[in-house]
Amino acid sequence: MTARASRLAIALLMLAVVASVCSLLIGSRWLAPASLWAALTDGSDPLTGIAHARLDRTLLAAAVGAALALAGALLQGVTRNPLADPGILGINAGASFAMVVAMAGFGISDLGAYVAVAFLGAGLALILVHAVAAAGQDGATPTTLAICGAAVTAVLASATSAVLLLDRQTMESFRFWQVGTVSGRDLSVLTIGAPFLAVGVVLGLLCIRLLDAAALGDDLARALGRRLGRDRAVVAIAVVLLAGTATALAGPIAFVGLLVPHAVRALAGPGHRTVLPLCLLGGAVLTLLADTVGRVLLPPAEIQVGVMVALIGGPAFVMLVRRGRTVAL
Amino acid sequence: MTPNDIPRSGTTPSRLYARDLRLGYGSHSVVHDLDVVIPDGRITGIVGANACGKSTLLRGLARLLKPTAGTVILDGTDIHRRPTGEVARTLGLLPQQPVVPSGVTVTDLVGRGRYPHQSGFRRWSSEDDAIVAEALDLTGTIDLADRLVDELSGGQRQRVWIAMALAQHTDLLLLDEPTTYLDLAHQIDVLDLLAELNNSRGTTIVMVLHELNLAARYADHLIAMQHGRIRAEGTPDEVITEDIIRDVFGLASRVVLDPVSATPMVLPLSTRRKEAHERLDSRR
Repeated sequence: MTARASRLAIALLMLAVVASVCSLLIGSRWLAPASLWAALTDGSDPLTGIAHARLDRTLLAAAVGAALALAGALLQGVTRNPLADPGILGINAGASFAMVVAMAGFGISDLGAYVAVAFLGAGLALILVHAVAAAGQDGATPTTLAICGAAVTAVLASATSAVLLLDRQTMESFRFWQVGTVSGRDLSVLTIGAPFLAVGVVLGLLCIRLLDAAALGDDLARALGRRLGRDRAVVAIAVVLLAGTATALAGPIAFVGLLVPHAVRALAGPGHRTVLPLCLLGGAVLTLLADTVGRVLLPPAEIQVGVMVALIGGPAFVMLVRRGRTVAL
Repeated sequence: MTPNDIPRSGTTPSRLYARDLRLGYGSHSVVHDLDVVIPDGRITGIVGANACGKSTLLRGLARLLKPTAGTVILDGTDIHRRPTGEVARTLGLLPQQPVVPSGVTVTDLVGRGRYPHQSGFRRWSSEDDAIVAEALDLTGTIDLADRLVDELSGGQRQRVWIAMALAQHTDLLLLDEPTTYLDLAHQIDVLDLLAELNNSRGTTIVMVLHELNLAARYADHLIAMQHGRIRAEGTPDEVITEDIIRDVFGLASRVVLDPVSATPMVLPLSTRRKEAHERLDSRR
């Protein structure tokens, strides 16, 4: 790891700690560190409910952010497409559509079922995008993947809207999920998602050499003994696990998967040995900060994390691009 | 291992050869039913006009393209039936225009040549370090070790790619136009490096070359292709003739002896300057 990457890792670790503490303390009601500790350890404390809700929310935000950023880095690496993002390749749209159909058509409201349905949708959307892209003459190139992803996203988003317009009740329950939120979901949500996220993270971190080889282009990657089909399948499974679970848990949160990998590459260089772990940290930091800021901006209302990430991430991304700091893939 | 150590039987002409090879993209066939044998431990040059199938043949030999008919045999087995990692430890390939990943240092890039020798269980070792250092040393890129590849000049970059191919430590090395976009001095530089590699390690080298006179100088064996078939093959003296150049390139030329290397040298005749040539002819 280079000196720059080590410095960035230390900075991100410290930021992650600060962001977590802020997320625990700050909210519609300020909790001093001492009373937070008391509330978390003593079950009879009047603040216990709030404290636990804060803790759950903090853990969920960190996990979802880390997963989305890693998924983005994996997708950008394997497609050599700087715009690749679970949102752009249709994965989030697939998960959303599947959940809407499940809510409206089958009246599913159980969270475990949500996760399963979101996976199914995410996986099917990715397969569909890949199949359409691969049908062209040159196969699934980064460009055809991005175009097909955008097309599939548009179709699925319209279909989702159509279902929602026809079904008022589903629309009500879907509305908050759709903008992306980490509040009001208790720890059971995370315990259902955690094993999937863990497998996704491990699988993702095993992709370091595969992605570094993919960065050299298809011909050289194959000349170096990579089996491209298998490599892409491994990455796709990791991405569906990560982005599918994150979407099921918190709704489609855009921009984390796009912004964080770009920022990390600009600051630490493109080697995936550093990029992938740093994206986990960076994603957690961004989502935690966005969620915390969203709680205090318009009291007593809260702005959902999905909205806040886009509000913070959009300008930050524009700045990154304008300063020419993005690293091409 | 030098190529001479490879056991050979009467039926396997060399380590790498192709039988009835047909290659193409989609339904469009580019290389037609071609037999080719790559001599072990030698430098083979593939020459021909644009779109004659040179690069396609090279890609086929490097198993980047699956034949629509026929087979490519590496060490006695169909190259597509062998584990891709094993092939990558035997045969290296440098594409014509490799993607240069931005922000990657020279050492990092050359180190990626070690991937075929690593697996989930066998990670980076001191042997890998030694081999990368040797590759940097042989290619004269050791001073560039910490530089970023995308900041190097074309000539330096090409040396770094070759260093990566060297780090792969293969007995066979296939290169697609390794001298394209380089000035003359850097072309000679790269070709000298490959000749030295062939000489010291006995690496079998196959390269697609555009520059005929350099091909004649550096190759032991030349393959001249035309419309997806082999028009002629053999030593440069056998292949670089006025007749073959006319067939392959549709170009009238004069072939003389290169005063520097004593290999054949092609002097193209220009249709526009016909009178000048006639004038010269009359003076002889």
